[in-house]
Amino acid sequence: MSVGGRIVKVSGPLVVAEGLPEARMYDVVRVSEAGLIGEIIEVRGDRVSIQVYEETAGLGPGEPVVTTGEPLSVELAPGLVESIFDGIQRPLNVIRERHGDRIQRGVDATPLDRTRRWLFAPRVKAGDQVVPGDILGTVQETKIVEHRILVPPGVSGRVVEAAAGEFTITDPVAVVERADGSRVEVAMLQRWPVRKGRPVAEKLAPTEPLLTGQRIIDTFFPVAKGGTACVPGPFGSGKTVVQHQLAKWPDADLIVYVGCGERGNEMTDVLMEFPELRDPKSGEPLMKRTVLIANTSDMPVAAREASIYTGITIAEYFRDMGYSVALMADSTSRWAEALREMSGRLEEMPGEEGYPAYLGSRLAEFYERAGKAKVLGSDGRLGALTVVGAVSPPGGDLSEPVTQNTLRVVKVFWGLDANLAYRRHFPAINWLISYSLYVDQVDAFLREQYGEEAVGLRQEAMALLQEEASLEEIVRLVGVDALSAADRLTLEAARSVREDFLHQNAFHEVDTYTSLEKQIRLLGAVLAWYREAKEALAAGAALEKLLKLPVREAIARARYLPEHDAEAFARLRAEIASQVAAVREEGEVVA
Amino acid sequence: MLKEYRTVREVAGPLMLVEGVEGAKYGELVEIEAREGDQRRGRVLEVSGDHALVQLFEGSAGINLGQAKVRFLGRGIELAVAPDILGGVYDGLGRPRGNTPRLVAERRMDINGLPINPWARDYPNEFIQTGISTIDGLNTLVRGQKLPVFSGAGLPHAQIAAQIARQAKVLGAEEKFAVVFGAMGITFEEANFFMEDFRATGALERSVLFINLANDPAIERIATPRMALTCAEYLAYDLDMHVLVILSDMTNYCEALREVSAARREVPGRRGYPGYLYTDLATIYERAGRIKERKGSITLIPILTMPEDDLTHPIPDLTGYITEGQIILSRELHRKGIYPPVNVLPSLSRLKDKGIGPGKTREDHADTMNQLYAAYARGKEAKELAVILGEAALSETDKLFAKFADAFEDRYVRQGPREDRSIDQTLDLGWELLAMLPRAELKRIRDEFLAKYLPTPADSTAAQ
Repeated sequence: MSVGGRIVKVSGPLVVAEGLPEARMYDVVRVSEAGLIGEIIEVRGDRVSIQVYEETAGLGPGEPVVTTGEPLSVELAPGLVESIFDGIQRPLNVIRERHGDRIQRGVDATPLDRTRRWLFAPRVKAGDQVVPGDILGTVQETKIVEHRILVPPGVSGRVVEAAAGEFTITDPVAVVERADGSRVEVAMLQRWPVRKGRPVAEKLAPTEPLLTGQRIIDTFFPVAKGGTACVPGPFGSGKTVVQHQLAKWPDADLIVYVGCGERGNEMTDVLMEFPELRDPKSGEPLMKRTVLIANTSDMPVAAREASIYTGITIAEYFRDMGYSVALMADSTSRWAEALREMSGRLEEMPGEEGYPAYLGSRLAEFYERAGKAKVLGSDGRLGALTVVGAVSPPGGDLSEPVTQNTLRVVKVFWGLDANLAYRRHFPAINWLISYSLYVDQVDAFLREQYGEEAVGLRQEAMALLQEEASLEEIVRLVGVDALSAADRLTLEAARSVREDFLHQNAFHEVDTYTSLEKQIRLLGAVLAWYREAKEALAAGAALEKLLKLPVREAIARARYLPEHDAEAFARLRAEIASQVAAVREEGEVVA
Repeated sequence: MLKEYRTVREVAGPLMLVEGVEGAKYGELVEIEAREGDQRRGRVLEVSGDHALVQLFEGSAGINLGQAKVRFLGRGIELAVAPDILGGVYDGLGRPRGNTPRLVAERRMDINGLPINPWARDYPNEFIQTGISTIDGLNTLVRGQKLPVFSGAGLPHAQIAAQIARQAKVLGAEEKFAVVFGAMGITFEEANFFMEDFRATGALERSVLFINLANDPAIERIATPRMALTCAEYLAYDLDMHVLVILSDMTNYCEALREVSAARREVPGRRGYPGYLYTDLATIYERAGRIKERKGSITLIPILTMPEDDLTHPIPDLTGYITEGQIILSRELHRKGIYPPVNVLPSLSRLKDKGIGPGKTREDHADTMNQLYAAYARGKEAKELAVILGEAALSETDKLFAKFADAFEDRYVRQGPREDRSIDQTLDLGWELLAMLPRAELKRIRDEFLAKYLPTPADSTAAQ
């Protein structure tokens, strides 16, 4: 399967080789005696350019290169969940056991454990007709993830045998007879090339929100299940905390977290924290539904380029089982930089800021792999893949190419603001510049679940914040005294929306997650005070007294009330009404 | 016997092209003999066929194409290490400087290191008390963290780094501790300041210094931080020490990198810096950390001067994306005569949440920290408004916040270069200042802490 080629040039992660006549674009090759893994990214006559996924120091001309004849692929089978892989799906825990604390070169380890036996429960029986995507059987991979074994692409026909029992991932679990009489043994293990999206039966428009427990996201700028979102922000604005929160609390069945060129300790944080934290729905540790891909910034740059494809292929595989999957990529800017570095070494003509001209199309291709879909299989299951990408614009400048090209394809923009972060307003999502194009779909969902009031609250709060922005312009010019009492009340109410509702402490055990139901109650309470105070003010009540009502402190602390304590909120609302009414009566007496 | 080449075909800036080379490897160390007795070192940047492109650490002055002899050593750049390395002063390429004796090497380590497997990392969460309130209270440093100081020309970053090196300790622990100092292109005076300070406090015997001064070869600086970190890794993981690494000044390092990139005619990224600056810096900064089941640790404090105090300049910008926070110095506070002039609002320690709280510092730490930030930010805003409109335009509450901001800068931020505040002192000081504000405004603090720690009005007037 392989004919030997020879290295002719080494320049950082780029190696040029000769003598590989059968080389195809994107085939995986093994470079040098050490067997470093690389991928062909350019073919010119007899010369092929290879991006090497490992450190190339010590390589020189004349060393051998062999092609494997296969594109870069991932292994898909039980054992993915709770694992941590590098950018080309090598299991980091296994590598540590075998090779120590540092990542050596030329390490070879199969992504998934070949010896572990899984309890397979068939869903089909002999004689059933199956088509690609049909569920052959299931494996309870973790307490919360039921791994569905699907009929692989290209296999359809009649089931001859499907055995229950314990199998490794390479053991055949079923035999299918094709129409022409040939028999195929199907094992749990499948492979899929990472740069090719997995097919679906039909793509659908997203309708349901992905609930994240983050108030500014769920209430103001929701992302739909199967939607795409991006979080650009300068350093220190809390991008990673937002990404972690999104990986922790969404009501998705499975999370794929890709740490792409970011800090090593952030992955460690996830590794230490996720087994401790519990999913609010199932009560099980979050790790039991998480797959981690880690290519930290000190790891070889070329593997960073591959890591997001590895991640999204795994995510698609779970979507195909009929699950709602969320993929977080932190950060796509590092991925783009890896692209830029390789492009520079290939001496391609640069586009903007040295990025290759194909940056936009690569980004679009990646995000387009998200979506809600009717997946393959005869039962018409629905799956969804939500993609959230962090962007790290240099100097916080959103006009740079990666941000701009991302904004052209994603539907939700959560713009992080360094000034909010300096004030320790977290999540530092700027409500004036952010947007979500899923608002209409999500409104329909809200109306159905919680009634018209829930929809109105957001609009009212948003209007209040917009008004605050314009009033603040005036205050900056002429001072707060120039404002009418009504305007000052508006300012106070907007402050309350910001501080008592939008601000959310990711490190506080209660505040870190708020269900949509509680979000509606909380925002309802904040706005109830505003509405009633406004009426009271019009009826002659004193502004100062309305602002200093003791119940306002209770509103500020309402976020710490227990999740399902509807009564506590009802008491709060009653208290607001009675305290405002008391001030109003006083005012009327004076008047 | 190594083969010697006399086939240098081209010398341009810090680069040299050698032809007819057999078996050169990417990244290997090269020895160049420019003339009798003039030994220099270089590194292979690219090999293509029988051509090798070599980066010269000591510059190209005086190299004659015909006379220069080149040897490829078949190994990367290495640092000789042994326990005796402690107390030594070395140059930017790890050769003894001054009267430091030559080291009898126990082993040699490749200075590029290898990436740490993320699975092997242990999360840094041990609180380091630096005795500086703005760091301990608000931007807590933990063992294994990389926390840079973003400074500007003329700001006292050296004093602050020296103060941290002097005072840093982990509460309730007596452990082996060492300082590694890597100087890239700093002046003799600045380097001397550190040496004197280390000497005065008796820290010199447990320090290792790698010094590349402003008039030393610029390209040599590319190796200096790696020398320092390799030494730190030896001390931390072979000798089980807790190592504090100070690198100053990273701006000079990046400029050397830019020089090489420009000489190679690479497509530049922002401001002429190479597109791989992020990756390159990451391979330095990410060497800080802790590893599971290992006793030692590496805490890294790189110092960089921001050209024109511009935070969006590629060097601080990319650094900030890699490091776990940043301490930013403020020229405004420095002008006001406040030391240390830490610009509290944009400064940040990303690992603080894991290093504080009950058992580490105190239960009220997180809440008071958030509250101090929020209150100071509001006070600063009020003060800005007052500048435009006069103090009369402020509401009563905002006036209180403005007053709080002043007191905060004067009492919390300001402290002496030799003042070593304990964490309790820092936290209590925070409460004292917060007592200036109405209790209803202290929204970020849990009720139970307010009840337990907030000084009563009587206390606070007495304190003032």
